[in-house]
Amino acid sequence: MVAEETAKLISGQALVHARGVGVTYKGAIPALAEIDFDILPGQFVSIVGPSGCGKSTLLRLIAGLVRPTTGKLSVAGTRLAVEGRKASRLSFVFQDATLLPWRSVRDNVRLPLELQQTPRQQRDIAVSQVLSLVGLSEFEFRYPNELSGGMRMRVSLARALVTEPELLLMDEPFGALDDITRQMLNEELTNLWTQRRWTGIFVTHNISEAVFLSERVLVMSPRPGRIVGDIRVPFAAPRRHDLRSQSDFGRLIGEVSACLRRTGT
Amino acid sequence: MTRAIAGLLEAVLPPLVFFAIVLAAWQAATTLWEIPVYLVPGPQRVLDAAHEHSAELLSAMRLTGAGALGGFGLGLLAGTALGLVFSQSRMIERSIYPYAIFLQTVPIVAIAPVLIMWFGNGFGGVVAVSFILSLFPVITNATAGLTTVDVNLLELFQINNASRAQVLFKLRLPNALGHLVTGAKISCGLSVIGAIVGEMSAGFGTQSFGLGYLITAATGKLDTAYAFAAVICSTLLSLAIFATVSLIGATILTRLHIAPRSSTTNP
Repeated sequence: MVAEETAKLISGQALVHARGVGVTYKGAIPALAEIDFDILPGQFVSIVGPSGCGKSTLLRLIAGLVRPTTGKLSVAGTRLAVEGRKASRLSFVFQDATLLPWRSVRDNVRLPLELQQTPRQQRDIAVSQVLSLVGLSEFEFRYPNELSGGMRMRVSLARALVTEPELLLMDEPFGALDDITRQMLNEELTNLWTQRRWTGIFVTHNISEAVFLSERVLVMSPRPGRIVGDIRVPFAAPRRHDLRSQSDFGRLIGEVSACLRRTGT
Repeated sequence: MTRAIAGLLEAVLPPLVFFAIVLAAWQAATTLWEIPVYLVPGPQRVLDAAHEHSAELLSAMRLTGAGALGGFGLGLLAGTALGLVFSQSRMIERSIYPYAIFLQTVPIVAIAPVLIMWFGNGFGGVVAVSFILSLFPVITNATAGLTTVDVNLLELFQINNASRAQVLFKLRLPNALGHLVTGAKISCGLSVIGAIVGEMSAGFGTQSFGLGYLITAATGKLDTAYAFAAVICSTLLSLAIFATVSLIGATILTRLHIAPRSSTTNP
């Protein structure tokens, strides 16, 4: 009775709440099994795991693009996909920048506001603000084919932030970038998160990136994906470049790596 | 600048030289071996015939061009419309698309007389034949462009709770433009073939004659030089229409920053 009350309390607080969630695609072996977690508002959580373990499926599940085969998953207190997306003002950053090539930077960033039919005046203000936030003001009239990979990813990030999301899902957004660009974008991301404090769920297979960005790292096992580790990362925000050379940082990377190795990859 | 001119010369000069050699050889062969004019007229003869019949050839080019453009325009509209319907319902696509492919396998020469019977001798019939031939590449390319959209882009729209209309107008249609231009380039060449084949079956009963009729009539009278001139005019017409459509297509795509022949594939 008491345990049930506690569970209710936690699910009431959590922005994303998963209990016994499993996903099995038609006729295939299960992609995810028995997933349990709670993500509190304002938390930055990374999910690491070997490739093909269902990390992306987990994000798509939270975004309401995939339905759970078993178990319960609720976002902002609802199990309905559209309601959950609206209530959490959910945004998604894909692995590729996925920009519309026929739209300028400005028009790409404005797209979510158009789709959600935000009043025109509000749109223009929001777009200008977010463009300056990610340092793209000078490039607002450029087109995607005129930008570098890092810049395109920044546009993609601006497009996700323009709706002022409460829940930001990121699916290996910096996976295709070179290491220095990735580090710089990581620093920008942690700065933005410190300013705005959205709830972030960040999928990656780069352990250093996961530890640098998040307060919590969830470790997944190979297919069918389960959560086998939940590691706290206690560094203060915003995190600076020199964090990477501290011994505590190295120790946590070691801890996450050891947890990943135990999963048998 | 000079490098650009040099590059252009390098590209244009060799084929021009080759063309001149072929013309000279053709002229020489017809005089040396005394090939009868009704079999192979020399280039000079063809030029004379073109000059002599220039008024008829020009008006024929205009008429054939109008028929081809009519068929091409209708094909572009109807093909895009069908592509739109297919993109909105998988059920309809599955039931009708196979017949659209089947349409392509019907030999146009076989079906032309039937179309002429339905749409009448003259312009209407010619447009109908040209339309049927133009339609297929537009259907396939429009359908491909409207349906093969990057999965992540579709998910992006879904995450923002976009309506069907928003997905169509803000994503599928612009995505299809590159494919539509490709389809239009194939289709406009076919439309000229359609118009000429149509005229070969429907030339009678019209007051003015297209290139297809001129070719049939000239070969019937063994006026091979005139027929050659008409064939060359058909080629020039085809070329002019193709160049115009390509230029318009390239301009639209460049303006919209879409890579030409964009074939977005699903990951």
